[in-house]
Amino acid sequence: MSEVKYSKEHEWIKIEGDVGTIGITKHATEMLGDIVFVELPDVGTSVEKDGNAGVVESTKAASDVFTPISGEVMENNQLIVDDPGKINSDPENEAWFFKLKIKDKNELDSLMNKDEYDKFAKESGS
Amino acid sequence: MEIKKTSLNKLHQDNKAKFVEFAGYEMPIQYSKGIVEEHKFTRSHSGIFDVSHMGQLFIYGDDSLTEDLEKIFPLNLKDLKVNSSKYSFLMNEDAGIYDDLIITKIDGGYLIILNAACKDNDFKIISALLNDKYKVSLDENRSLIAVQGPKSVEILDTILNGASELSFMTGNWFIYKDQKLFVTRSGYTGEDGFEVSIPNDFAEEFTKKLIENGAQLIGLGARDTLRLEAGLCLYGHELGVDKTPIEANLKWAISKERMANGGFIGSDKIMNQINEGIKQIRVGIKPEGRLIAREKTKIFNEDELVIGEVTSGTFGPSVSGPVAMGYVEKEFSKKDTKVFLEVRGKKHPANICGLPFYKKSYVKGATK
Repeated sequence: MSEVKYSKEHEWIKIEGDVGTIGITKHATEMLGDIVFVELPDVGTSVEKDGNAGVVESTKAASDVFTPISGEVMENNQLIVDDPGKINSDPENEAWFFKLKIKDKNELDSLMNKDEYDKFAKESGS
Repeated sequence: MEIKKTSLNKLHQDNKAKFVEFAGYEMPIQYSKGIVEEHKFTRSHSGIFDVSHMGQLFIYGDDSLTEDLEKIFPLNLKDLKVNSSKYSFLMNEDAGIYDDLIITKIDGGYLIILNAACKDNDFKIISALLNDKYKVSLDENRSLIAVQGPKSVEILDTILNGASELSFMTGNWFIYKDQKLFVTRSGYTGEDGFEVSIPNDFAEEFTKKLIENGAQLIGLGARDTLRLEAGLCLYGHELGVDKTPIEANLKWAISKERMANGGFIGSDKIMNQINEGIKQIRVGIKPEGRLIAREKTKIFNEDELVIGEVTSGTFGPSVSGPVAMGYVEKEFSKKDTKVFLEVRGKKHPANICGLPFYKKSYVKGATK
């Protein structure tokens, strides 16, 4: 059983046991426009909740990627490094950013579920 | 101050434009297809750009007008034929660039196309320099629509019969629904194309005609990636009062006759820079890999010393990689010089390269 939660910075996290797979939401990609470059955290680095964990660049500007929870990066997705356009076409599935070993499951409580996020995204608009 | 809107604002909205404020105007940055698609469509078909925010300065006067304008612009205007255009700049005494522009000799005077952010200041400067001897007007009643890309000639010719006969950097008046349109064969994308000056009330229906014939609206986002691939300068980035045309590597735009004799504002400085050399010069920069170096990125040499700064940088959809322009110290400006770009605290390799990144396909008589 997996569960997906969302952050106010428009990241999603799929939780399977103590592994979290993180990416950015469809709504985020619509705000960013065409993504042409991505920088991911190296495997083995520790990232802190709401801290910096990579960069995406569109034709217009660079934007930071934040991690919704703390943990150690286990894997990053080379597919999107080689073909950043995948982030626009399939952001919430194939174009995940990185997987981490979740440090503290309590941190998940502060995140939103799908309905809450959809409402939040709609209100924050663009 | 209230944000200004162009005559095509409603059409942009109907086409789901995302808007940004640019030089006091609400302008479309992109439409629903996005910058990359819009960019590629312009290169392969025909893109329509609303550039009505730009200034259309009409100056009418007798023969002395040409003489007076030659005191301002480094051009041989006496020998310029009616309906021919030249790229030039408005400078201060130190040859610092107030604006870059296109000047066209028209019947009885000149038409100068100015950057939106500079136009009011340019108007003041030019009016003052001409001592109110001539009729000078920044025409707010006309829109400016650029049609760019290989299919543009065919599309425009079906609406304005004879437009295809214009050669590069020339223009003429055309009649559309009893209205006088001034059309020049020019642009800012590295593609063949036209710019159409049209009364505001007719701009929307004219643009719809272009769309019916297969052209598509393109936002300012793609305009920027297109011009950057074409190696063209953008005011406020590559150009400003702290840069001269020689430093900007635009010496080609100064008429040879004028270079020899001077007599225009900034000519002393320009002569001096030509004879004594310059410290910094505008170059193309190609980062290795996919890294994008934006404006203000510091440029280092192999000894880790700062040698310059990026002025524009993005991803070039037609070259499928990052592209940038910037200024470097003259001794590091040679093609293939290895440099390093500091992005997010890390130094990434790049090479100085020739411009343009994407080869132009202007028609007939393209000159540099």
